Amino acid sequence: MASKPLTLYEKIWAAHVVERRDDGTCLIYIDRHLVHEVTSPQAFEGLRMAGRRVRRPDLTLAVPDHNLPTTARIDAAGNRLPIADIESAQQLAALERNVAEFGIDYFGATAPEQGIVHVVGPEQGFTLPGTTLVCGDSHTSAHGALGALAFGIGTSEVEHVLATQTLLLKQSKTMEIRVDGTLGYGVSAKDVVLAIIGKTGAAGGTGYVVEYTGDVIRDLSVEGRLTVSNMSIEGGARSGLIAPDETTYAYLKGRPMAPQGENWDRALAWWRTLPTDAGAQYDKVVQLHASDISPSLTWGTSPEDVVPITGVVPDPESFADPAKRIAAQKSLDYMGLTPGTRMQDIAVENIFIGSCTNSRIEDLRAAASVVKGRHVADGVRQALIVPGSGLVKRQAEAEGLDRIFTEAGFEWREPGCSMCLAMNPDKVPPGERCASTSNRNFVGRQGPGARTHLVSPAMAAAAAVTGKLTDVRDLMGAQ
Amino acid sequence: MEAVKKVEGKAYPWGAKNIDTDIIIPAHWLKTISREGLGRGAFESVRAQPGNIFDDPAYAGSPILIAGDNFGCGSSREHAAWALADMGIKAVIAPSYSDIFSGNAFKNGIVAVVLPQEAIDRLVEVAKTDAVTIDLETMTVTTPFQDRFAFEMDPFRRDCLMQGLDEVGLTLARDTAISKYESSAAESRPWLVRESSNAGVAVEAGGRT
Ligand code: SF4
Repeated sequence: MASKPLTLYEKIWAAHVVERRDDGTCLIYIDRHLVHEVTSPQAFEGLRMAGRRVRRPDLTLAVPDHNLPTTARIDAAGNRLPIADIESAQQLAALERNVAEFGIDYFGATAPEQGIVHVVGPEQGFTLPGTTLVCGDSHTSAHGALGALAFGIGTSEVEHVLATQTLLLKQSKTMEIRVDGTLGYGVSAKDVVLAIIGKTGAAGGTGYVVEYTGDVIRDLSVEGRLTVSNMSIEGGARSGLIAPDETTYAYLKGRPMAPQGENWDRALAWWRTLPTDAGAQYDKVVQLHASDISPSLTWGTSPEDVVPITGVVPDPESFADPAKRIAAQKSLDYMGLTPGTRMQDIAVENIFIGSCTNSRIEDLRAAASVVKGRHVADGVRQALIVPGSGLVKRQAEAEGLDRIFTEAGFEWREPGCSMCLAMNPDKVPPGERCASTSNRNFVGRQGPGARTHLVSPAMAAAAAVTGKLTDVRDLMGAQ
Repeated sequence: MEAVKKVEGKAYPWGAKNIDTDIIIPAHWLKTISREGLGRGAFESVRAQPGNIFDDPAYAGSPILIAGDNFGCGSSREHAAWALADMGIKAVIAPSYSDIFSGNAFKNGIVAVVLPQEAIDRLVEVAKTDAVTIDLETMTVTTPFQDRFAFEMDPFRRDCLMQGLDEVGLTLARDTAISKYESSAAESRPWLVRESSNAGVAVEAGGRT
């Protein structure tokens, strides 16, 4: 008898069960653990207090990102510059102490490989298909782009993984999100994921592990897939998987932490068995078609508040659900928007191109192609380009992208989370508006009173040069 | 974790409903690196008001907090449990809790007792003058006035609290199973084992991003 067809998620799950309890809870082995400075100090403190060690330092990789200022980190003489914010400096110092004490691999603040955890993991080949990967950060879902079962955890769980290399979990339901067709001109991975969340809602994926399928996903580069999986959590799903394929393998081959030689061949053979079997059942299926996806952005304070750039600010009265009506009104008050305003008539003062959603080389190339030969508009007070890692930064510099940006009036920064969250000096001032390539448009996310519109890198670049939210297609190829 | 069989003593007779984790510990305390010291930030906005119960010398250092419905709702920050523990609170009594908070309380050895609103009302009265006793052995809350309120608790959590077992300790007790899994995985998927100390070493595929 043929065995039951399985989904990618079910295969990864089955390969990681250490023990199954009577109530269905499983002790799941964790293959890869990423650590950053914000959610780890109390976990290490817990280990220290209990006299415990890190079980598998070799499966753990630490890198600071959230707090780190994105201004220069070393002076002209090569000395490390101090961090002005005392608490940020303390969190960084604590991480440095902890990795030294517990023997964990570490890319420090001035290492060329330093960057946002979710950019560094894939880039180093630390993230691999078929692995279980966790990090004390909700956007860990990003790593699902390479076919890893990856999800964010809390500080207690960070401690649990450090000490035991396992987690107690219950198996999730599965959801297929299928996007068929071919993306239109000027439509990017960010627009795809915004359209998905616009359709499923911010809580639509709650309780599910999502698998993205269909031609549109297949045709995306690994960078684009990372953008999609990254925002799974904004749709409520802790994980968002994409089956590994030739694109994935080509991306991983030769990366510093990826398997080499004979190990590579063995890994590849196993990875090829992972994609969902024909006939496997998902608990829920959502379908979209590429022809329904255009360059998109958010108008409100939830990532589900999505409209095409050609659209208008919606009227709260147009929502059938009374709770949504109230939420929309609150959003519009916070965002300082009036129903019926054309999205393209909204002026922005801040531009942020960065974050674990959109700070990889492809994102910077897309932005640069729009910026080239143009200049940041007068009304824009702050326009930041923050590469996701030191390697992205160097690559961009080798391609001359930094000059395109700086000549146009952008600031070219050091890698980190930056203006994605108001935890470091990069903030959007109260009441000001930002076209941002990050993933959360929550109230106060980019600073108290900040108004965020989530967009793709090309759309952020277009907004920068026109000073208002702009349909990037109007600027593409026409200069 | 310390074993808790009984929590007895004074109690903050608060009874407030829908206390979210932002009230328990405001967001600007989240940049700490320790679980300790968060007690100073606990209930900061409440404490800003004159005559609040947390600064009333009559209740200073109480090991018990009596609260209303839906205690610990809002953000999932574990700092809320750490802040309570740091201010010396060993048990909370309320009609209900947010799931995440009760999980976090348990992980940090704080007993979260569920009692109906009538019991809460009565305990708030008693606590204004007298001590309250929570006994995990008998699963009761009692007062010097013959009040006796029985409560229920997940047997697993109760055991862990009474024996001072934390989740990490429990999993570590499964060490043999974990080691067995590790060796079989190392055989079937040898590429997962990493050579440590890659950090700082020149990157072979430098320039690839
Ligand atoms: S870039 Fe933003 S979303 Fe990503 S890890 Fe940093 S703070 Fe979180």
